[in-house]
Amino acid sequence: MFFKPNAASGVPIYLQLMDQVKHAIETGALRPGEQLPGLRKVAEQLVMNPNTVAKAYRELEHEGVIDLRQGTGAFVAERADRRREQRFHSAQPVLEAAVRRLAALGISEDEMRRLFESEMTRLREKRRAGQR
Amino acid sequence: MSHAMAIETTGLTKRYGSIEAVRGLDLQVPAGSICGLLGSNGAGKTTTLKMLVGLTRPSAGTGYVLGRRIDDRNDSVAIRQRTGFVSEGKELFEYMTVAESIRFTSAFFPAWKPDVVSRCLERFGLSTSARVATLSKGMRGRLYLLLVLARGAEVLLLDEPTDGLDPAAIEAFLQLLVGLVAESGATVLFSSHRLAEIEQVADRIAILNRGQIVLNDSLDALQSQYQRVHIVFDAEIPAAALALARTRSGSSDGRTLSLLVGSEVESVVEQARAWHARAVDVAPVTLKEIFLEKTKTSKGRDV
Repeated sequence: MFFKPNAASGVPIYLQLMDQVKHAIETGALRPGEQLPGLRKVAEQLVMNPNTVAKAYRELEHEGVIDLRQGTGAFVAERADRRREQRFHSAQPVLEAAVRRLAALGISEDEMRRLFESEMTRLREKRRAGQR
Repeated sequence: MSHAMAIETTGLTKRYGSIEAVRGLDLQVPAGSICGLLGSNGAGKTTTLKMLVGLTRPSAGTGYVLGRRIDDRNDSVAIRQRTGFVSEGKELFEYMTVAESIRFTSAFFPAWKPDVVSRCLERFGLSTSARVATLSKGMRGRLYLLLVLARGAEVLLLDEPTDGLDPAAIEAFLQLLVGLVAESGATVLFSSHRLAEIEQVADRIAILNRGQIVLNDSLDALQSQYQRVHIVFDAEIPAAALALARTRSGSSDGRTLSLLVGSEVESVVEQARAWHARAVDVAPVTLKEIFLEKTKTSKGRDV
């Protein structure tokens, strides 16, 4: 169900796995109430550290995307898709418009990613300054 | 000594005559983790692993494996019973067949795991009837790893275990390793020059440079902590920015300054704006970049 994370991208592997699980829920590959594969299975299939799989699952539970049930494993949260779907639904046109306008300016995909990253940093910086 | 740590050393030192191979090493490896041990040739990786498993005595300092002292004779025996060690030499019994090697080795380890043997044989494509002396270098490596993985060890100390293996065998080995860790909660300390495989399976990283630890942290923390910041200026790079670059082991090219930045990304970005930088980009950093920076600055070449 999941594909191997790109270890050399510099993006922490647990974040990549979290994105894959979220994506699987958005596309309907994983439905609410369905069980996610166990730690060992994911670790062996994707050849990654089981602690990293556990960390991704813990973070996903923290975000309300999945439920961890003692002794039985991880399950997609009920309504997890709908909540996320709604939020994504409203966010998607905003991003689409921005990406289209950037493309019209001749900005490449790679440049967009870097601009996005630097804008996120600026936002964090502003938030931090606001807290002071 | 905390039991959350499967391996812990304090001030561990090894001198060979006037040469200090390991200098005051403080290393912690939490139980159940896979820790990548990185360092250039001669950084002290092999000496460290040998001291942990009792093959050589520390000149100073000490360490614990599974709560047992590495420089205590009785404790050291206990450590060896519960530890699997892959050494660089990969010695095997030449006159035996693969099957005989497995049967012979299993006799010494009460926790021997026949299921791991069958998984290894299948995924490594090893023929049990082959005589060890006739095996290729790659097949010898696979048999050697089988004999270490199957002993039911609580700690695995692996000195360049994938050396000499082809990419398919490396992937099979890494898969067996993560399966074993998931199943048994074993702790792994794993030295390698292939940063990609460490990045793939390790959750912790220790970088050695000239016998000292220069970094010992979780890989996730490192990757979210370190970023590369590119700053582009309209005119000449301000002197203050160049000075900052020197402390951040950065590099400049024309009007562009590139810095590897730790936890203070925001303050560097803020600073760049105060200098009226034209553009500031932040990009993720790979383990290779962190490794090169860490082993470069501490040699003092770049300052």
